Amino acid sequence: MITANGIVKSFGAAHVLRGLDLAIGKGSIYGLAGRSGAGKSTLLRCINGLEGYDRGSLIVDGTDVKTLGRREMMAFRKNIGMIFQQFSLLERLNVYDNVALPLRCWKYGARTIDARVRDLLEIVGIPEKIKQRPREFSGGQKQRVAIARALTMDPHILLCDEATSALDPKTSQAIMNLLKEINSSMGITIVVVTHQMSVIRGLCKEIAILENGRIAASGPVGDVFREQPRALKNLMGEDSARVSRTLERAATMLLPDTVTGLFISRMAEELGVEVTIKGSNPHVPGFVVAVPGEVRRDVEGYLSARGVRWRSLAGKDRGSSYEDGYKERIRAVNADML
Amino acid sequence: MTSSGYMAHWWRYFEGIIAPSIWATLRMLSVSMVLSLILGFILAYFLILYGPQGLRPNNTRYKFLDFIVNSIRSFPIIILIVAISPLTRMIVGTSIGEKAAIFPLTIAATPFMARIIENSLKGVDRQLIEAARSFGASDFQIIMKVMVKESVPMIVAGTTLSTITFLSATTLAGAVGAGGIGAVALNYGYQSFNNTVLYTSVFILFIMVLVIQWVGDWLYKRML
Repeated sequence: MITANGIVKSFGAAHVLRGLDLAIGKGSIYGLAGRSGAGKSTLLRCINGLEGYDRGSLIVDGTDVKTLGRREMMAFRKNIGMIFQQFSLLERLNVYDNVALPLRCWKYGARTIDARVRDLLEIVGIPEKIKQRPREFSGGQKQRVAIARALTMDPHILLCDEATSALDPKTSQAIMNLLKEINSSMGITIVVVTHQMSVIRGLCKEIAILENGRIAASGPVGDVFREQPRALKNLMGEDSARVSRTLERAATMLLPDTVTGLFISRMAEELGVEVTIKGSNPHVPGFVVAVPGEVRRDVEGYLSARGVRWRSLAGKDRGSSYEDGYKERIRAVNADML
Repeated sequence: MTSSGYMAHWWRYFEGIIAPSIWATLRMLSVSMVLSLILGFILAYFLILYGPQGLRPNNTRYKFLDFIVNSIRSFPIIILIVAISPLTRMIVGTSIGEKAAIFPLTIAATPFMARIIENSLKGVDRQLIEAARSFGASDFQIIMKVMVKESVPMIVAGTTLSTITFLSATTLAGAVGAGGIGAVALNYGYQSFNNTVLYTSVFILFIMVLVIQWVGDWLYKRML
């Protein structure tokens, strides 16, 4: 479906892609993983021509991308849908007009547009929101609208550029399920750019890891995780280190509502960082996040964790959402939970 | 003069001189604003298209348009009116009066509006433009259906600002024979030592500004 050979791309002095080879089969859900700046978004955008490349060949669904003139490129893009990290919806229009936009640009008739929009909103699961404005929506709902818009022209390929990076884990999972559904029922080839382990594990069938502008490891997700190539370890290590650094700055807290605690534990779990959750003060139910290695046994035999303030890692809330916390000793429910 | 005598006196001035001039000002203002909005939009379209972060960057064309916009804007309005009066005479047939004032007013307002519209369009999130590209929208469609649609409130706010600014420009036009309430304030009021006319005109201008601002704000909120 998509074949890349020797793709070279530089932005001025920065050599982002250095001879990249790739093969994505029809019907696959293919992940492009790597650290920030590895070139995964750039490569993704080469597929639908939003970005050009200097050397190499890129054949998408039988078409050599480089040979397309301006008008041909526009028509070519009908076959490729794309969704983005920040959704990219028009704030002043309602859901209907947002989803109808590509159809209107391509001059479809009003009745066709109406039927198609309603159809797509059913598929993405928000038919009742048709006349509302996405302005008020949650991230997950906005992304659903964006997915509906991306599917209007019945594309064979769907490109996802960090599509779940701005969503919380539960919503991410819901969107990933939707994408899997779209892949299996409509046979659309999905290419996913991500830096999140949870997405690689939860969504992708195959994966390629970009390092230094080339594919360092690739194959079916199960195989890659089993073989544990160095590239994967680098990626996970990078992921963990980043998360640990953030959690190190997070506070021990007693949270009055356990839902938040569950969220922390699930977030940590899907990020691949080990955390221990322990019960605490019986009068105030809550959970605690402890960073491995930071938990020690004090003189009274309690397990205690260093006090740290938690920050949300989701998209735009980065650094801005935290609970007031205070240090507290925790009684281990089960000492060997560590 | 008795109170009722004063009122009758005032009314005569109002009916005879001030009221017609209000209409003259409104005509000059509305025609020049509408024309400059249309022409300014066309100019802004090409500025956005060819700009350095535009849809189809073309440095030569952009610099040329940019130069025209900056040059016209650098003229104080009254100098502009005087400087292009031969051109005005050629196109409109005269360089005095209401119709003759609309021409230089439009010329002055067009680049002003162009900049306002250009800045409003530039304020649209680049990702939106990418998203529109990704489903094959043409440059024209991106500008009209995405950028313009998203920046309507800003354009409304800019137009309100521009209208109030050019209201004062129309009063200046009065100084070169255009008529309108500025001319009345100046000629019949100030230069004739008639405070009644002067202050009534000033007050009317004040009300006009309030009304324009009020309408603009209302429209802005509606468009959000």
